[in-house]
Amino acid sequence: MIDDLITALGAEFVQLSLTPIVIGVLAAVACALPGNFLLLRRQALIGDAISHVVLPGIVGAFLVTGTITAVPMMLGAGVAAIIAVVMIEVVKRLGRVEPGAAMGLVFTTLFAAGVLFLEITDTSSVHIDVQHALLGNLESLIWFDADGWGSVLDPAALATLPPQLPRLAIVLVGIGLFILLFWKELKISTFDAAFAGAIGIRTRLLSFALVVVTAIAAVAAFDAVGSIIVIAMFVCPPASARLMTNQLGRQVGWSALFASISAILGYVFAGYGPGWFGSPYAVSAAGMIATISGVILILTCLFGPQRKRTGQRAEA
Amino acid sequence: MSFIDYFLSALFLQAGYNSALVAIGAGLLGLSAGSAGAFIFLRKRALVSDAISHATLPGVGLAFMIMVAFGSDGRWLPGLIIGSAISSAIGLLMVEWITRKTRLTEDAAIGAVLSVFFGFGIVLLTVIQTMSSGRQAGLENFLLGSTAGMLISEAATIAVAGALAAAFVFLLRRPMTLVAFDPEYAATTGVNVRNIDLAMMGLALIVTVIGLKIVGLILIVALLIIPPVTARFWTNQVGPMIGIAAAVGGLSGYIGAVLSAAEASLPTGPIIVLVAFGFFLISALFSPLRGGLASALRHQQFQRRVHRRQGLLSLARREPIYDGLTLRILRRSGMIRRDGVATARGRIAAQKAARDEARWAIARRMLPDDSVIERYDGLTPIEQMMTPDQIAEIDRMILAQQGAKA
Repeated sequence: MIDDLITALGAEFVQLSLTPIVIGVLAAVACALPGNFLLLRRQALIGDAISHVVLPGIVGAFLVTGTITAVPMMLGAGVAAIIAVVMIEVVKRLGRVEPGAAMGLVFTTLFAAGVLFLEITDTSSVHIDVQHALLGNLESLIWFDADGWGSVLDPAALATLPPQLPRLAIVLVGIGLFILLFWKELKISTFDAAFAGAIGIRTRLLSFALVVVTAIAAVAAFDAVGSIIVIAMFVCPPASARLMTNQLGRQVGWSALFASISAILGYVFAGYGPGWFGSPYAVSAAGMIATISGVILILTCLFGPQRKRTGQRAEA
Repeated sequence: MSFIDYFLSALFLQAGYNSALVAIGAGLLGLSAGSAGAFIFLRKRALVSDAISHATLPGVGLAFMIMVAFGSDGRWLPGLIIGSAISSAIGLLMVEWITRKTRLTEDAAIGAVLSVFFGFGIVLLTVIQTMSSGRQAGLENFLLGSTAGMLISEAATIAVAGALAAAFVFLLRRPMTLVAFDPEYAATTGVNVRNIDLAMMGLALIVTVIGLKIVGLILIVALLIIPPVTARFWTNQVGPMIGIAAAVGGLSGYIGAVLSAAEASLPTGPIIVLVAFGFFLISALFSPLRGGLASALRHQQFQRRVHRRQGLLSLARREPIYDGLTLRILRRSGMIRRDGVATARGRIAAQKAARDEARWAIARRMLPDDSVIERYDGLTPIEQMMTPDQIAEIDRMILAQQGAKA
């Protein structure tokens, strides 16, 4: 039994599964952290909108630069996210329509434009397609030069880590710093925007900064794990965490925990689960991670200690 | 045949029976989507349909697997439609359940359902890809829609279902309007709001599942949202709005299908969505009611009136004017000369403006609660708002005031 476990977590594990799991956890937590504030501000679907417009941003960057190196793609996606936020605001004001409809209009249009660009231009030489945009390629982010747990401390091997890993780690640290530094401001403006304004917090700037941070998380995670996980992680772990506690700090902690559990279990089930049923093929890790986060949400909806609205009587 | 030739012939249904049927099917689909979407839009639940459409994917996958298990090839469209309808109905009920039973808001429930159902659907699709009959299943086409290689029977199914959905909207238009605008009042008149809400979302569901094949599940929500938003630019009334939304949806579906038939390599869904967005853009710019151009013109006119009025008042008070726009407007209308001195016309107009201002000042003091005063905007001449008798009285009071001062 123990031997089995050691083999399972042996050299092959480090080479094939360790990096995808770490990347999955980093991406999931990076999305879940800002997701907490979006959820409480009733902007949960901003994450959905942004992750849809990442595709046209990346295609646009490809059309401009002709390459798919990381920096222009992330810039393009960031620009597209900002364009989308501005467009949503314009449609909302001009058409005097509710934010949901404005959002739906903008992100479907931009996504459609992205798909069409992709089909029209000759992108056969490079690896971007709609499937990839939706699903990411978590399974392919393996660590070729690793030959066991010793590689974790080996600088030469560490240098060959998939570039997504350090990138996501930096993004996660940045997001964590943003939330820590602006904790008080974020907290007050989320729960009482009018009061926040009265004590001199620049609420509009802060909202915009939050959207930008969301976009950064979406773009960085998207490259590694695709937009399904991004959307799921913006919403599901924070929503589950909201049902666990009434304190913002604990909620953020729970959301990070739920996001990590989803990423780890999702990857393990996707990679090894079919084997338990005798199938030699793995299923989509991205889809499985989203599914696990949904299972956690259902469990917290049923059993979370703070699942009821305040003052709501327990239903008979 | 060039692209344009083919497009024109397809537009007038001359490009063969099959593509004509596909175009008509897409048109009817758009028609029912636009009109059903109008009610959902008025009820402010546009994005619920996004959860519904993403929640179709597991149903498509499961239906395919079940049909394969029973020995068919699994691509039978009605079977896939039924499967997707069941799973999106479960998704819809989940959204309702989460919002009702927990303290999470509807937007969180929508986001959770759409991402989790979609993720699970992708898991099922990867399972199907490993099945021997699944490699050529073409289920990915349900993501973005495709009319290439569509069977005549499939196009006919979509056309009939689209027409039925449109008829359903027509039958339910009155209770749905009532619920969209004033659910409390609707409840007092005996309408079952919850059932009508479910029917509304049921319509979105029907549109979604019949649109899967043509538009695809990621973008079908656009066909429910863009037409009503577009229609909102042209009218403030429900009846016409639904008509316009239906027309925009129908035309988008029809033109989009024709365009993609002319260029078969392109996925149909994005083209239909972009055609619909084209209608939106035209409306947002050029609608006389609240389009960008009309609002800009109105704003400019208002600005000119304010500057003219303030300029004339300054002339009357013999104050110097420094504002460039005010000077330009006064000069162009012949109120002042190039050197800034008032012309004869300008002096008369200035006196009139000053008198009007004085009359308004008295009127505001005399009738502080009058509805006329509430409409005072500092621009409208008092003659347009009050009777000659009232103005005569105001003038008497002005004279009395001047007498008192002297």
